Amino acid sequence: MDDKGVKFVIGIYEDEDVLLDAISSVRAKGVNIYEVYSPFPVHGIESRLGYKRSRLSIAAFCFGFLGTCLALTMMIGMTTIDWPMIIGGKDFLPLPVFIPVTFEMTVLLSAFGMVGTFFVISDLKPWGKPKTFDLRSTDDKHVMAIEIEKNNMSEAALKKLLKSNGASEANSKLMDE
Amino acid sequence: MKDIFDFNIGIKKSLLYLFLGGLLLSIIGIYQLINSGHGHEESTEIVNAYISDDGHSEFHWYKRVYSNLWINVVYFLGISISAIFFVAIQYVSQSGWSAGILRVPLAIGRWLLPGSVLMLIVFAITNHDIFHWTHEYLYDKSDPRYDYVIDGKKAYLNLPFFLGRMAFFLGIWYFFYALILKHIAKEDKLGGTESWKKLFTISTVFVVIYAFTQSVAAWDWVLSIDTHWFSTMFGWYVFASWWVSALALITYMIITLKDNGYLSFINHSVIHDLGKFVFAFSVFWTYIWFSQFLLIYYANIPEETIYYVERLESDFYFPFFIVNLILNFFFPFFFLMTRASKRFTRFLKVACPMILFGHFIDFYLMVTPGVLKENGGFGFLEIGVLMVFLSAFLYVILSGLTKLPLVAKNHPMLEESLHHDI
Repeated sequence: MDDKGVKFVIGIYEDEDVLLDAISSVRAKGVNIYEVYSPFPVHGIESRLGYKRSRLSIAAFCFGFLGTCLALTMMIGMTTIDWPMIIGGKDFLPLPVFIPVTFEMTVLLSAFGMVGTFFVISDLKPWGKPKTFDLRSTDDKHVMAIEIEKNNMSEAALKKLLKSNGASEANSKLMDE
Repeated sequence: MKDIFDFNIGIKKSLLYLFLGGLLLSIIGIYQLINSGHGHEESTEIVNAYISDDGHSEFHWYKRVYSNLWINVVYFLGISISAIFFVAIQYVSQSGWSAGILRVPLAIGRWLLPGSVLMLIVFAITNHDIFHWTHEYLYDKSDPRYDYVIDGKKAYLNLPFFLGRMAFFLGIWYFFYALILKHIAKEDKLGGTESWKKLFTISTVFVVIYAFTQSVAAWDWVLSIDTHWFSTMFGWYVFASWWVSALALITYMIITLKDNGYLSFINHSVIHDLGKFVFAFSVFWTYIWFSQFLLIYYANIPEETIYYVERLESDFYFPFFIVNLILNFFFPFFFLMTRASKRFTRFLKVACPMILFGHFIDFYLMVTPGVLKENGGFGFLEIGVLMVFLSAFLYVILSGLTKLPLVAKNHPMLEESLHHDI
């Protein structure tokens, strides 16, 4: 193993309640947690980790608004400006008729945009490589990763801290950035 | 923690003032109406040419009073039954989050019995003036006013069948409400999960029955005013309006009770969920409203468009049409969109009364153009009658709130409600 990459200390937890308490006490010691991986959603973990609220909903609004504008531009451009046609005796600008398509486009772009944004920001993009600290986090173990360089404590001290907070194992691992 | 709602003399006094104020405004309104003669009479709108039946469209001042009475009767009865429907839905879905707040919609349901009695009385007084189809001559071929279209609907729209349906709906709704109340009182006394399981069964049956009866009730009580016209969306439309008003009232009452030191165990997540309900069903109402509008607008068949011609082409009703959309869609949609606005009560405290008033306007627009044609008005009388009904309604539901403890201490899912976290 060469020395390139970033070194992490990894704590393995068996139980989510132990994990939640461990997160609180590790953070209380001033340790900066890189990320926690769980095989299933753990209730209340975001607030324990001190995560700020996701801004995904803002992205959703922006994409939705883009969809509204695109749909209206498309329909007004086609049926009002470019090639006006009388359909069902309506105006060239029949706004009520445009509403269903506008609504669908808003929902479609909002949903696609949200999924796309989520994939990009959580490293699930096709060209990205997801970080897997310990394969067992996809099975039945919770994994807490701590970046050694970002903390003042030594590797041994971190391992000891994790062990004392209920971790069944504390390993170290090199990850390439 | 205050366990039982204290319906003290202060609240009763302010309700009395509300009642007296409403009565005063109504009297002023009626006085104005009598003195002003017929207001804007003899309309030359195409509307009247289509609807009127030679000589019957004559306007009397009391018709406007009747139309107001009917709007309020239907509106408040609808809120009340929708609140009971809310309770039933919580039991059917076996929800835990709402266990702590169920006493509030349950209290709103107390209006069902007085509301039903009022409905029967108001119908007995106003039938010919509100429901055009109740006139005998429409079905008499020898009479010049014979109406071929309405005669075709005679099998459904006749007085005995109509009254039978009304009595049946009100009766069966009250029967289920009484059953729900009985088992909830039993749960308070005995505990255990027996009552909860029973309530699940009762609620399931009630929800199915309500789905059918509510739709038919909406055709009877609101749609049949415009006798020639019909809409297949109407049952849903009225349901959506009732339902979102009930949700807004439940939310507003819970927030107000919490501000006054009751229901202190209700956390922000429960309020947030209620806010989501109000937001979501405002959009649902718009969806139904617009679906009804779009189909008629697109097909452009005169028999159908007349309903919107009456409302859109009229200088008087058109502003209400716009206000209806603004209050019930644009305002809640943008105002309650963010998470913070649903989580903090000061936003909901503004939004809920606005939505409640918006849906009153919605019912006003459903009933008034059909009853009064171009003679409709909105002034002291409308506000006054609304205040009178509101004070009676609040009196009944607030005294209903005192009859059971505010916390369902034996509800098997109460813990989940107390620790609800989203």
